[in-house]
Amino acid sequence: MKSLAELSAIRDRMKGQVGSRSHDLTGTKIVVGMATCGIAAGARPVLNAFVELTAASGKTDVTVSQTGCIGICQYEPVVEVLEPGKEKVTYVKMTADKAKRVFDEHIVGGKVVTEYTIGSNAK
Amino acid sequence: MVRSTVLVCGGTGCSSSGSAKIRERMVEEIGKAGLAEEVKVVETGCFGLCALGPVMIVYPEGTFYSRVTVDDVPEIVSEHLLKGRIVTRLAYDETVRGDEILSLNDTSFYKKQHRVALRNCGVINPENIDEYIATDGYQALGKVLTEMTPQQVIDTIKASGLRGRGGAGFPTGNKWQFAANQPAGKKYVCCNADEGDPGAFMDRSILEGDPHAVIEAMAIAGYAIGSDEGYIYVRAEYPIAVKRLQIAIEQAREYGLLGKNIFGTDFCFDLKLRLGAGAFVCGEETALMTSIEGKRGEPRPRPPFPAIKGLFGRPSILNNVETYANVAQIILKGPEWFASMGTETSKGTKVFALGGKIKNTGLVEIPMGTTLREIIEEIGGGIPNGKKFKAAQTGGPSGGCIPAQHLDTPIDYENLAKIGSIMGSGGLIVMDEDNCMVDIAKFFLEFTVDESCGKCTPCRVGTVRMLEILNKITSGNGEMEDLDRLEALCNYVKSASLCGLGQTAPNPVLSTLQYFRDEYVAHVRDKKCPAHVCKNLMQYKILEDKCRGCTACARKCPVGAISGTVKQPHHIDPNKCIKCGACIETCKFGAIIKE
Repeated sequence: MKSLAELSAIRDRMKGQVGSRSHDLTGTKIVVGMATCGIAAGARPVLNAFVELTAASGKTDVTVSQTGCIGICQYEPVVEVLEPGKEKVTYVKMTADKAKRVFDEHIVGGKVVTEYTIGSNAK
Repeated sequence: MVRSTVLVCGGTGCSSSGSAKIRERMVEEIGKAGLAEEVKVVETGCFGLCALGPVMIVYPEGTFYSRVTVDDVPEIVSEHLLKGRIVTRLAYDETVRGDEILSLNDTSFYKKQHRVALRNCGVINPENIDEYIATDGYQALGKVLTEMTPQQVIDTIKASGLRGRGGAGFPTGNKWQFAANQPAGKKYVCCNADEGDPGAFMDRSILEGDPHAVIEAMAIAGYAIGSDEGYIYVRAEYPIAVKRLQIAIEQAREYGLLGKNIFGTDFCFDLKLRLGAGAFVCGEETALMTSIEGKRGEPRPRPPFPAIKGLFGRPSILNNVETYANVAQIILKGPEWFASMGTETSKGTKVFALGGKIKNTGLVEIPMGTTLREIIEEIGGGIPNGKKFKAAQTGGPSGGCIPAQHLDTPIDYENLAKIGSIMGSGGLIVMDEDNCMVDIAKFFLEFTVDESCGKCTPCRVGTVRMLEILNKITSGNGEMEDLDRLEALCNYVKSASLCGLGQTAPNPVLSTLQYFRDEYVAHVRDKKCPAHVCKNLMQYKILEDKCRGCTACARKCPVGAISGTVKQPHHIDPNKCIKCGACIETCKFGAIIKE
């Protein structure tokens, strides 16, 4: 270790791995439905896409977690976005590509991708 | 890409209840489920809630699973990690509210805690230096070496108000100043990890959970006083702590955070470990240094103080593990931040090891000034089985027993001394109505008699005479004059002993004499032990109206002291009874009592 810069480089590289170990649940939560129905419909690539996008963006106030069956199995994979002080947004029939768009436009840009939400898909 | 982290406690408490096997099984099951790339299993130090061990936390949800067995692991993997359904059955009951899982920070055990010294315990992998660096580790050392003069470091520690966490509470900054003021030359930085109080395990937990915090602070101390070499004196009975310290020192050397020209400056510093054989007296500073030198661990008179003439006759400082664990945080967050916590005379936080008759046995860190009542009733969850609180013992064999009327005293060094106890290293043993205070005093005195090194007469002989008087009282042969004799002897030993061991050994006796004199009097005058603990002063009796004559107790009695015919009330022969208590455990009708 010859300089502080070297130390800080290790810290920044490692922060993503340790940073999620917090009981502070403020910030944005992306929750992916991962019950049998979700997994069968392809929730895993969606989950992984969100995890990778979050890590790549360096956003520390976003957590990606999973949940069980929400009860709308025909719409799986289902993803919920919970932002403090805002109404929950439920995205349905998600794919990894759709995840990218939701992340860029909604999580980063703050604009809900209306065409993927349950409201636009329910008939 | 890691999306979830499973932290498995690898502290001594959870290790002894099998956490290593749980971790192995976890890794195996995660592999089977094909999640090895996504879920990371990390072994950490103590989470604090040892009573519920083995424990684990799953992030990002922050789910706290308690009393996990190896057989529970497949369910956690298939339900929680694969399908995202929290296994409510295993979640810590305080976090479960209906279908909702609350944050651990909202539980009564954690709510009032404030973690400074324990900030990384149960959060990072102590065997991975990168995880320590990720939580700003070694940034304080970097800041000190590149931006501050040694005097500025000492001034910062002084301004923070940090005092020794080993028990005596000497201001840490002043200690460093004395050593720094000595002429340049070989000086030593020592760490007292010879935690010896029965029931105390905070230093062990810090070493097991965050060893780099101690290493970093010792290097900072080295810079402040002008030393290039340090010793950590740790007891050999702490194998996990020793192993993790060794790993941590190796990793710090590999990164050049110990060794020559740290951060490209002129500062060089390295550390050595010395294992103590477990003698209590070696927690005393002069005895500890004598032991590091390879000699028999005995104290010597002070002055000269170690800051002038310490290890190998050179100026030395000695601080406790928990004291060091605060240092890097003070450097990074500033002395004002640290001084904003606590009371007028005692700043910052204190770690306590909660034990005895309390629901949440474990490790807690609270701001100074928190009351004993908050610790025992709120954080500790109170006394189990509906029993009544009798006393809290702080400071181990050097401390005293605090009765119920002082429960609302805000904890700091001065207040505890005022009510006849000491802060000590942080052991806090709770006692209920079933504890005999004379017996407690005897227990601690037996410990000091065993541990007295024998160098000075007041301690070597005085403590034995005190114990003889206590034995006389508990066996039913005490006289009222014995109480005065005992008290006088206490004061002699206290004022005439060479080191802290003897000077504080009478404290458990003095404080129980002060607050529970009526119990002593009951033993001496009435020949009764009110808590039914002292065997010579109590007997077992069968209540005739409750006894159904089932004969269970008679069959269980190892000495055949119980007689009677079937379906008729039984009887205990007091001359044969050895008071083992086997009958009382066997009786299903509550017909056997102690009186």
